[in-house]
Amino acid sequence: MNEIAWNNQGLGPGAEQDAVVRAVTGEIEDKGFVVASLDKVVNWARTGSLWPMTFGLACCAVPMIHAYMARYDLDRFGIIPRGSPRQSDVMIVAGTLTNKMAPALRKVYDQMSEPRWVISMGSCANGGGYYHYSYSVVRGCDRIVPVDVYVPGCPPTAEALVYGILQLQRKIRRTGTILRG
Amino acid sequence: MVDALENDIRATLADRLPVEFVRTNWNRELELHTTRAALPALMLLLRDTPALDFAQLMDVCGVDWPQRAERFDVVYNLLSLTRNERVRVIVTTDEREPVASVSLLWPTATWFEREAWDMYGITFAGLADLRRILTDYGFEGHPLRKDFPLTGFSEVRYDAEAGRVVYEPVKLTQDFRNFDFLSPWEAMTTLPGDEKVHLNRIEGPEKGSETP
Repeated sequence: MNEIAWNNQGLGPGAEQDAVVRAVTGEIEDKGFVVASLDKVVNWARTGSLWPMTFGLACCAVPMIHAYMARYDLDRFGIIPRGSPRQSDVMIVAGTLTNKMAPALRKVYDQMSEPRWVISMGSCANGGGYYHYSYSVVRGCDRIVPVDVYVPGCPPTAEALVYGILQLQRKIRRTGTILRG
Repeated sequence: MVDALENDIRATLADRLPVEFVRTNWNRELELHTTRAALPALMLLLRDTPALDFAQLMDVCGVDWPQRAERFDVVYNLLSLTRNERVRVIVTTDEREPVASVSLLWPTATWFEREAWDMYGITFAGLADLRRILTDYGFEGHPLRKDFPLTGFSEVRYDAEAGRVVYEPVKLTQDFRNFDFLSPWEAMTTLPGDEKVHLNRIEGPEKGSETP
């Protein structure tokens, strides 16, 4: 059978992509099923339904909302904002994390079910940013939760966040899902 | 501009209370400097005199002047909706002397006074709920005091062994640096041959002069 192309191969629209699609549909018409490796199917499912726990803490929440709204439309990546950590796969820490908020952030992270990822959005969440020397701000949310992707900017544009999410999808695809490591 | 207001307040007080009238912002704003003892009576008069009717307390804030004997100012910003005028009442205090709470006159003052306590350590007598409002639970010190270090004393991190967020003394990899953003042209007082620049510099109007 043909090796099925996955979106991490990044085929653009064109003859090459058409050939892959034709091969897959042809296989379905011929046999009624497609053979694929479970690993890739699981990763495809995970990258295609990254439900974020929206942790908008400050002004970075505004570009994050822009990314959800019609113009950038994260829905097309299967990204639907959730209000509950139990339903989420990824936490987007958008904004200044203060000392007072840190235990709550950790509690929300602990409530998320595995597998879980964290995107740190903006200078404040990355390393304290403008408030690095403040008495009340955590100097980077990676002191509280393990971070997968750092999105730089103050605030990052909505495109930057979308790019960060795509980077996270790449990271998830790289990871072995059946065998950890 | 605030002459009518000042006259009305003077008529109401009739020299019963020690109040000093100060004009700021080039005669556009009125400040009443008073004493801690006279504050409750003054506030009650400002609120309940129908001609004044300062029914709204917009803000209570503190100011720290470390060089003064009584280092704190407590500033009350009042608004009269019927007159469409504002007045600012200022009293001084220090770390120990409590200021009478106005939370019974304006219930909104509860949070403002809690904030002033949190940030400056100004105590308010008669405030039912003198707790911190903004800073972290168990925070020590009053961060808006001039002698409070910028970075504070403790920082937090998640301790994987303890399974919780722990507080530790501050460890900075690089100390705070204060940059001087003056350009060489601003920092040099007088360049040779450029003495005339001082003559042509436009100064702001003098404090206390007539409204431009």
